Order: sequence, then C-alpha cells, then structure tokens
Amino acid sequence: MPANTPSPNNGTLLSIQNLHTWFELRKWGFGRAGYVRAVDGVNFDLGYGEAIAFVGESGCGKSTLAKTMLGIHRPTKGDVIFQGKKLNAFSSQEMQWYHSQVGYVQQDPYGALPPFMNVHRILSEPLLINKVADKDEREQRIRDVMTEVKMTPPDDFLQKFPHMLSGGQQQRVVIARSMIMRPKLIVADEPVSMLDASVRVEILMLLRALQQSHNLAVSYITHDLSTVRYFSERIFVMYAARIVETAPVDDLLREHLHPYTQALMLAIPDPDAKNALTLKEVPPGEPPSLINPPPGCRFHPRCPHVIKGLCDTQEPPAFEPRPKHFVECWLYK
Amino acid sequence: MDKPILNVENLYLHFRATKGIVQAVDDVSFDLQRNEAIVFLGESGCGKTTLAKAILRLLPRNVHKYTGKVYMDDTNLMELDDERFRREVRWVKMSMVPQAAMNSLNPVIRVGDQVAEPTEAHFGLKKEALAQAREVFQRVGVPVDFMSRYAFELSGGMRQRVAIAMALVTSPDVVILDEPTSALDVLTQANIMNVLKRIKKETETSFILITHDISTSSELADRVAGMYAGQIIELNDAEHFFSTPLHPYSQKLMASVPTLHQTKKLEFIPGQPPSLINLLPGCRFAPRCPSKFEKCAQDPPLIDMGERRKVKCWLYANGKEK
Repeated sequence: MPANTPSPNNGTLLSIQNLHTWFELRKWGFGRAGYVRAVDGVNFDLGYGEAIAFVGESGCGKSTLAKTMLGIHRPTKGDVIFQGKKLNAFSSQEMQWYHSQVGYVQQDPYGALPPFMNVHRILSEPLLINKVADKDEREQRIRDVMTEVKMTPPDDFLQKFPHMLSGGQQQRVVIARSMIMRPKLIVADEPVSMLDASVRVEILMLLRALQQSHNLAVSYITHDLSTVRYFSERIFVMYAARIVETAPVDDLLREHLHPYTQALMLAIPDPDAKNALTLKEVPPGEPPSLINPPPGCRFHPRCPHVIKGLCDTQEPPAFEPRPKHFVECWLYK
Repeated sequence: MDKPILNVENLYLHFRATKGIVQAVDDVSFDLQRNEAIVFLGESGCGKTTLAKAILRLLPRNVHKYTGKVYMDDTNLMELDDERFRREVRWVKMSMVPQAAMNSLNPVIRVGDQVAEPTEAHFGLKKEALAQAREVFQRVGVPVDFMSRYAFELSGGMRQRVAIAMALVTSPDVVILDEPTSALDVLTQANIMNVLKRIKKETETSFILITHDISTSSELADRVAGMYAGQIIELNDAEHFFSTPLHPYSQKLMASVPTLHQTKKLEFIPGQPPSLINLLPGCRFAPRCPSKFEKCAQDPPLIDMGERRKVKCWLYANGKEK
C-alpha cells in the first residue's frame, strides 16, 4: 500500500509504515532455520475516531499485525508511529503510557478474564497500574464504564466472577476493561467470533456506539466479511501477510477488484434457500506457507487470472484504479 | 410423500445435575425423508448437540430421563438393547461427524486406516475396507495418496474432509453433522459445503446438520428446525424459513444475521435464553418475545400449519397468523 493513504478524519492517530513482523525459526535451539513472515510490508494510516476493519483467513497475519500495533510484538522492520512518536524508541515507562492509550479486546472473553478476580477487581487493575490513586475516582470510573457497556445496575455484576457471567456479559467486561483508561484506540481481535448470532450483533452495535460517542479509533480484526459493513468505514483485505486491497467499505462491497477478494465475496452466502441448488466456485489450493511465500504475487498459484511471466515473478505494487481504492494486483496496472 | 427414513417422536433427554434436572431435549418430534437435509438452528446451549447424541444413543452417565420413539425402517430403535444398537444402527444406518471432528483424529494411525476402520469393525471386511476408503477419499476430494499420511500432516480443511469420509464410508442412510464447518476458513467452508452438496446429489444419503451458522446452513438445507431451550419451536421448509419465518424467535434470529450482499438493519434479541434447569411453565421464549400476550403463560402446542410446516406459538392457534 502507498505509504500515505489519506485518512479521512482530522489528523493521523496511528501510522504503520512498511511494517514487517517476522518470527525466527530455530534449528536445534540456536541455529537459524529461517523466518515466519507473519506481517510482511504493511502500510496504512488510521485517523482519530476512525473505524477500520482487517479481513482475512486464519494464518494471514492479521492477529500478529494487531499485536504489533499494541506493542506486544516488536516489529522486525518498519515503524508503528503513534501521534507522531515511534513505538520502537519508547522507554518502558512510555510503553506503559502507550498501553493506557490503546485498549485490547480479545477474541475469547473467558480466556481473557482472570478466573480468580471478580469484575470489580478486573476493572480496578488497569487503574491501579496506571496509578489512579484516589479511591473514589476509581469507583466512579468503574461505575461509569459499566454503565457505558450497559451492564446495569453495576452493583449486580461487580462482585461476580467471570464464570458467573454469560458469554455476552464477559465480552462486555472485556470491552469495559479496555475502555477504562479512556484510550484513543481500541484494537478488537475477533471480538464476536465466540458469541452466538443474536448476541454478536448486540456487541458489535455496542462497540460502534462507543466508537462514535467517544470519537474512538477502532481497528476491528475479523474473518467474517459480513459483519464489516455494519461496523467500519474502511476495510483492508489481508492475504499471506500483506494487504491486498483497501477501500471504503461500501466501495469495496460494491466493487471488489482483487481476485482474492472476489473469491471471498463469492464464498460467503447470505441466508437463502436457493444456495442449496448451486455449487460455489472456490479457488483451488490453500494459502501459502509464510516461511517460504511464492515469488511474485502471493495469490498467483490460486488465481484464475494469472498472467504468466509477470504475476509469478514480480511482486505487484499498489495500484489505485478508483479513487481511494487500492489494490495489489497486476490486472490493474 | 414417501415413508420417512427417520421418524423421531416425543424424544426426551434430561440430565441430573447438582442444581436440578437439565431439560436438554424436551419433547422433540420430527421426520426426515430419504435424500433430504434438515438443519437444526439455534443458539449455543439450546440442546442441538444433545439431540444428535440422543438419536445416536451416545449418552453420558447422568441421564435422568431418556424416552421417546425413534423409528427407522419400522423398527423402534429405542427398544433395541445397547449391543444390537451398536451392531445394527450406529455407523451402519446412521453415522455422525462430531463437533471439532478434525481434531479428534487419532494422531498415531494413518488417516487411510482410520477411514477403513468402520467397515472393518462392522462388516469384518479387511481387504475391501481399504478399497472402500480409497473410494470415499475420492468422493470427499482428498487425494488418494494422502491415505498414508498422519492427521498432523493435513490442513484443517483436509482433516475435516477425512472426518466426513469416516462417517460416509459405510454408506449409512442418515449422516449427522455437528457444526461441520465452524472452525474453518471461509473458502474452506465453501469447499466443504460443495463436497456435502455433491454427495447429497450423487447418493441417497439424508443429512441432519446441526449449526448456529445460519448463512452457511442455507447451502444444504431442504428443511429447517428452529430450536430454543431444548424444544423445536418451528419446523419449516428452507425457502419459507429463510424468507418468512413463522415463530417470533426465528424472525428475530433471521433479523440478526448480517448479510453481505444486501443491506438491512440488524436487530438483536434482548435478554438471554433461559437456563434449562427449573424452567418456568409456559412458552419458553415469552420473556424475550415482542408479541407476548396472556396466553403465553401456557405451554403452546406444536401447531400444524400444513405442508409439513409446524410452529410452537399461540399466535398461530387458528392455523394461521393472528
């Protein structure tokens, strides 16, 4: 993607520049056996109060990207720049400040909440770590955030332990915990994939409402394209550690340019009895290994429109065939 | 209408738990025609998986009540003793792909041998078993030379296909699929659904598909059974269920499905499903139902709407919507 995709809102909150996150593979404990290139050259800007979504299959590097944004993984190459400051150069104190500025909503709410703490303790923890010394203020903020995630009255829930709550309520507690330091950015990694259909929409709507009322930037990571339209403004499609297509949500859903996005869109059904009558067209094969990705375009071994001699040798740069619609594919040069 | 291949009447399966009796499957009746696919839709904890296990008699030890009739070819399977049930029904007439089947393959046995095992165990055919396994590998789209691999050498989608192959190898009349695609990627999901569609077309197999993924289920469904709190609340053909469902719960559930290709306003169902312990009398959906009225304090019967459509709701007490 071009280094400076313009962010629509007022200024850039987070900028990802040429980001690579590689994991070293070891041989016999110390010898080097290569790298897993989980994120391999990603660029984008995220504006204040903007909701963006990353879509991709499992193993495409979307969770690694999220964790690099959160400062959990260190980038191998490239930079994460938050409000003009490079994450790599942060001292541990600055890193602690950064963690209070970005919230993390995990995929599995039950796994993300410590089973031996009650809700009150879970929500106090970030406040204590960030030295909110005044006890009354802590109590007030806990109550406020519980009301915001619609767990009312808070006193009914504060003394409960995670196992006493339903899946939807647990996810609300996770969201409350990520919100309590009043962050500017929330990274939500598959926040609803473990929940039931009827609860899923409720949690997504809650996140959307919080995003809009607090002018929060949200980076929503999912494998489920169908929920994206209801949540975000821009969408990034990832395949094999790279962003292959970016566009405002409505543009992308109306016109999907990359052959991989086209295959994804075709594969996802809407509930309709007519689906049973036809077979789906699915590209053959599976996503490539990230240790040794194919040369050229990473989708070319599965692509129906492959151009011999070009797609299999040269990596496609990002083209902009429509305004604000970027695609890494030689078909649009 | 032909005679159904499977007919379940008033099936109950209740468990004993420390807090009381769990009414996991409560008075479930449905029938299934040859070469038909019925989908059981519902939220987690509504008893879908327990229903599958009750039909196949895969029971845990804390069973409190297990009654009803399950007919296949005029025999009531509930009257067979365990040994006869194992020998004559399970994996011969009916087989199951359990939840997360791809992770339940034996890691130290080659997948080909695993798929051959049901034929060997049930029919005592040693030589033919491998030949049949080869055939079924082709049918589900796994390359035949993968037969000598171990499960960890296959990708998730391939392992899921192997699990499906294991259920199909004895050519049963009915195959129960419990969330066959839930842990898989979108493209792999579409592939697996293609495999199932093709098998349904080429053989006479009937399918019972258990899932909470409404969009994907529409790929296979001929009929849909909506489940809520251990009961079937609606039985309908796929065409009507996905476009104009009858029961208020089905309507709400369909309204909560995000769609990719059309825009619509999403809704959600406030509240939570009831606990299956100490259920209150009356309609179980009533506390969350937008069209609740006085009569909902009594348990509604499963009302016949004709054309094999049934709904468990007082709104349809006269055979049509009020």
